[in-house]
Amino acid sequence: MDQEKKLPRRAMIKAAAISATAAFVGKVNLPATEQPTNDDPTKIQGTPPGKVGTRSPFEQPSKKASDISGRTPLQDLYGIITPSDLHFERSHAGVPAINPDKYELLIHGMVERPMIFKLKDLKRFPAISRIAFIECSGNFRSGKETMTPQEICGLTSQSEWTGVMLSTLFREVGVSPKATWFLAEGSDAAVMTRSIPVEKGWKDAMIAYGQNGEAIRPEQGYPARLFLPGWEGNMNVKWIRRIELSDQPFMTREETSKYTETIKDHKIRQFSFDMDARSIITYPSYPQEVEKGWIEIRGIAWSGRGKIERVEISTDGGKHWQYARLQEPVLDKAHTYFRYLWHWDGSPTEIMSRAVDDTGYYQPFLKQLIDARGAEMGGYHLNPVTSWLIERGGRVLFKPEKWK
Amino acid sequence: MLRSISIIGMLFLLVACKGNNEKFPERYGFGRLASQAEIDSQNISIRPDGHGLPAGSGIAATGKVIYLAKCAMCHGPTGTEPTANRLVAPFGDTTKSKTIGNYWPYATTIFDYIRRAMPFNAPGSLTNEEVYHLTAFLLCSNHIIDSTKIINQVTLPEIVMPAKHLYVDDDRKGGNEVK
Ligand code: HEC
Repeated sequence: MDQEKKLPRRAMIKAAAISATAAFVGKVNLPATEQPTNDDPTKIQGTPPGKVGTRSPFEQPSKKASDISGRTPLQDLYGIITPSDLHFERSHAGVPAINPDKYELLIHGMVERPMIFKLKDLKRFPAISRIAFIECSGNFRSGKETMTPQEICGLTSQSEWTGVMLSTLFREVGVSPKATWFLAEGSDAAVMTRSIPVEKGWKDAMIAYGQNGEAIRPEQGYPARLFLPGWEGNMNVKWIRRIELSDQPFMTREETSKYTETIKDHKIRQFSFDMDARSIITYPSYPQEVEKGWIEIRGIAWSGRGKIERVEISTDGGKHWQYARLQEPVLDKAHTYFRYLWHWDGSPTEIMSRAVDDTGYYQPFLKQLIDARGAEMGGYHLNPVTSWLIERGGRVLFKPEKWK
Repeated sequence: MLRSISIIGMLFLLVACKGNNEKFPERYGFGRLASQAEIDSQNISIRPDGHGLPAGSGIAATGKVIYLAKCAMCHGPTGTEPTANRLVAPFGDTTKSKTIGNYWPYATTIFDYIRRAMPFNAPGSLTNEEVYHLTAFLLCSNHIIDSTKIINQVTLPEIVMPAKHLYVDDDRKGGNEVK
């Protein structure tokens, strides 16, 4: 009895809270809505601090995974940073498990001094951080009305990337002025390779080891990846192990057989690096439902060529266009959040957004892409205006457009 | 006392605002030189001019035997089967699948890719000789070489692939145009 009395009050509360948590955690598999909650949370101690934070069990955003990729739930996000565990992933042979102490980056070829950098070496160089998107160039799906933003274009995500500028490493190894291309090679089982113009390496390429303030996630290239702001996702080689300077492209499988697109006259367009401007309304979108009255239309817009200049919204199927409000920060080569307040009178309509970037490029309609590239156009670099149909009852459906 | 601390603090702030006097060296001396042996152990890339191709040679008939044992289970017995990754469809074939025969611009890529990534269930397991044989088999099946042609570091880069002339460089450059 005395013993019990001596237990400090704090410890007792903690113990009670822990057992309450344990009971709670034990039920986590239940659908969120069936989990026990307190009708009055002011009458019971809450969960004590833990080692890592958790999502509310009521919030279950998740990637939509296939055998080769996982898509970001764009419709569940409120801002421009993609939570790291929801960043899209695409790999060609799965996610490798790499020991950071054994990790090495080799830079050789047309350089004065071929060199090897361990992860701790990379971290010693002056670092920079940059918020920018990475988007897979095969990021457009269509075909049926019941598609979410995630399914249509969820292969784009945004993080704050931290690392060393590739130009710093280029100086360290003494890249030859005659080098015009470099090969980036990953250490996954696909030993992924892409050729990249040296110019991009000097301009803004980075070897990133940080993502949203912590170590980069395995799915995004742990412990280090190449980051090429604004350029197609596949070139941002993850788990990078080797860079070879050369005076010509290597014509790897991923820049010939894949990541090239058929355009008019059976021509095949190669080295399409830049991601053109694009936008999508994420609210309202399928499978959400809306009510008559005020609706704030929300979404993201981005361009691999610069900043978003403006986003135009149509709520009448493209007849009239209004400017959306852009949420600061509006960053170079970055997802930019937009909003537009609209009063819906309840009649069926079609809403859509169109991004304009600071080069003056207008996000095209699918028809414009077909006119430019031909009906046989390939599936890469498709960034068409995406429409949502709003039915009388408030149901929102994607408007799929056929082209093949 | 307190006052003098805050004055010193303000002075520091002023200095920081006035200018940043960091000096960035041309080189930092981090990392180490790579030896030739270290480079060779990792450098598996093949260029279209043949640079990087190892010694060895291959022929279609031998390639077919290896193909049936190590590749057919996923790519079909002949490679013409409509699998997700169809390997054979000669140029001009009416199929819509993109293959080595109707789409690939360089033959060296076949060697490079098979050696680095195939077979999918055992990547990096093939010998250079096996890769040469498989390359010959796939080139022959796609009607690019005949069955007697020997594929090696000299003959492989000489092959002109049927789809090569279709390749054009990206000419999109932003601005108000759709390409
Ligand atoms: C376990 C199944 C499997 C086996 C066995 C396999 N492959 Fe593959 N192969 C694949 C897959 C999957 C891909 C596509 C990989 C990707 O896109 O990243 C592929 C792609 C390829 C490609 C590129 C096709 C293109 O058009 O880009 C070639 C060439 C190839 N394989 C050759 C081979 C050869 C030669 C072998 C035997 C040594 C082999 N594969 C064995 C599954 C397999």
